[in-house]
Amino acid sequence: MLAYFIRRIFFAFGTLWVVSVIAFAIIQLPAGDYITSYITGLEALGDLVSEEEAETLREEYGLNRPIYVQYSKWMLQVVRGEFGLSMEYQLPVGDIIGERLLMTIIVALAAVFFVWVMALPIGIYSAVKQYSVGDYTFTFVGFLGLAVPNFLLALVLLYFSFRYFDANVAGLFSPEYFRAPWSIGRIIDLLKHLWIPAIVLGTAGTAALIRIMRANLLDELRKPYVVAARARGMSEWKLVLKYPVRVALNPFASTIGYILPYIVSGSIIVSVVLSLPTVGPLLLRSLLSQDMFLAGTIILLIGAMTVVGTLISDVILVLIDPRIRFSGR
Amino acid sequence: MVDEAEAIEARADAADERVYVASQWQLMWWRFRKHKPAMIAGVVMLGFYVIALLAPFFATTEPTLSEGDRSLMPPQRIHWFDGWKPSPHVFAVSGERDQVTFKRVYEVDRDQKIPVRFLGRGFEYKFLWLIPTDRHLLGAKGAKTEESIFLLGTDLQGRDVYSRLLFATRISMSIGLVGVSLSLVLGILLGGMSGFYGGYVDTVIQRAIEILRSIPTIPLWMGLAAALPQDWSVLRVYFAITLIISVLGWTELARVVRGRFLALREEDFVMAAMLSGASHTRTIFRHMVPSFYSHIIAVSTLAIPEMIISETALSFLGLGLQPPAVSYGVLLQAAQNIQAIALTPWLMIPAFPVIIVVLAFNFLGDGLRDAADPYSQ
Repeated sequence: MLAYFIRRIFFAFGTLWVVSVIAFAIIQLPAGDYITSYITGLEALGDLVSEEEAETLREEYGLNRPIYVQYSKWMLQVVRGEFGLSMEYQLPVGDIIGERLLMTIIVALAAVFFVWVMALPIGIYSAVKQYSVGDYTFTFVGFLGLAVPNFLLALVLLYFSFRYFDANVAGLFSPEYFRAPWSIGRIIDLLKHLWIPAIVLGTAGTAALIRIMRANLLDELRKPYVVAARARGMSEWKLVLKYPVRVALNPFASTIGYILPYIVSGSIIVSVVLSLPTVGPLLLRSLLSQDMFLAGTIILLIGAMTVVGTLISDVILVLIDPRIRFSGR
Repeated sequence: MVDEAEAIEARADAADERVYVASQWQLMWWRFRKHKPAMIAGVVMLGFYVIALLAPFFATTEPTLSEGDRSLMPPQRIHWFDGWKPSPHVFAVSGERDQVTFKRVYEVDRDQKIPVRFLGRGFEYKFLWLIPTDRHLLGAKGAKTEESIFLLGTDLQGRDVYSRLLFATRISMSIGLVGVSLSLVLGILLGGMSGFYGGYVDTVIQRAIEILRSIPTIPLWMGLAAALPQDWSVLRVYFAITLIISVLGWTELARVVRGRFLALREEDFVMAAMLSGASHTRTIFRHMVPSFYSHIIAVSTLAIPEMIISETALSFLGLGLQPPAVSYGVLLQAAQNIQAIALTPWLMIPAFPVIIVVLAFNFLGDGLRDAADPYSQ
């Protein structure tokens, strides 16, 4: 078992390393560098920048060094917990990302919470009352939830809340709390806004989980031990909840792994639509302005969250289900 | 009584007989036919592809024709009856700039009716890229079509949303097909190698797939798409975007193909083919692949909507296709913020075809997957 964990952690680090290389490769891909787009911006304003000045700037940011030197310099910084300087904001990347990363995690966790709270009861209901009107309704809604891309869902939700409730549901804070320091009031305000992104991001995951839960529970309910327990007069609710549900719960653990990255990834586009203060809009902007350390760091951190999520789910899965073998994968 | 029982038996026998001699494709078709949602989805799909093929015929206006004078016009309704007499028409609309807000305000002139004609003349195009013509399904009599009929309103540049939507269907629907074909090539090749040879090759390919899958896709796409040079032609960007989407899309297909290969490798008929001296290539393509064609088709059908969504998402963020190309995502870019949605809700209409297409592909894929294995119960 220990060997399994060690191998998993080792593999996670390997993946992280590949992600860091890919993240760096991506930010190197566009023709030119930040200085090119910076100069284009200045020239659009009427300033002229000479070749020497550009070279000095490149020297200052280390952009004229070979790529592998730039990469190792960046990696050395990352290992020490610094992520370089954002060229556009002239601030350390850590300072810019800080709160936004926290918001990204909060939004993702809220969505996962929503997924679990919705999918568990609905999944059980759909399995126990198979082919009932409720089951069909949930199946259909689930299909719709799976098919509709979440940023379109966000758009539609924005429209309806504006049209029929005259409320702007975008953002995570009301204006008066936007730049305020943390307080009880701000947390409550956050919770008031959080449900919209949670629903938007969680719908697809909920739909998927309901289907898995229903299928697993249906398999379990047909087993002889359930029939035997029923024959002995066990109450129906206790019968369902005590054993079959526990066995069918497996997917809930394994979904932490694949729902968390999915939600973090999805939150990027949804954040742009709902103007959430997460890392999504920042990534989009930094990619467009070739602010390489900012973009690279965000991709790296999202990759890290994905890898950690997968790791956590694998570990939990092993802990709750003794049937899973440790050898081989 | 006896006769009746015999007749029933005979009929049952005949039905059995029909099942026994039916080919695999026939069995699949019979099973698919029973899946009602998939049948409906199939018809919807066909409709979309007909629209994609005949986009200019259904369009009323050239999709790139812009005019500042009719910026952000609300949709016009076709009135089918004039009193009790059927005479389709739209009311003329005149625009004026509000002196206070500087917004264009449009007023419907209920007295001035513009008759709508079917198969009228409009802008010139080539029917199915072959026959030059200027006939369109809808047109206006008297006035120029591009100045009078805007079924779904106009965008900021005064371009007809309805016509643009039809042309966008063309690109969005084809990007799914092209993307899936690319993923298929990669998936069958790498998945097949992985499953057929096993061992060392398998390990390497499987690790690569695992790593690719554990990288968050959307930031990766965004990064790759942002890296495309600005001065590329529309066509090049189109292929680059499909390539980016399929580079990450082939893993699922490869997984399915590998699983099938692993299962089939041990089958007697494969052994027989090998022993009769068939080469690897022949064994794979002549003996193994045909037995899971149907599965590949089903999995590809389920992969298409994901490609369409990916392209829509990228273009929506401004990282995908660039104007003058139009796709659903490019159109939706106009509806990105609350102001646009509140003031000009018709710009959100392109969201609906996306949802319908994705749903239809999913139902169709589900039906195909069930039908793919007609021998199972």
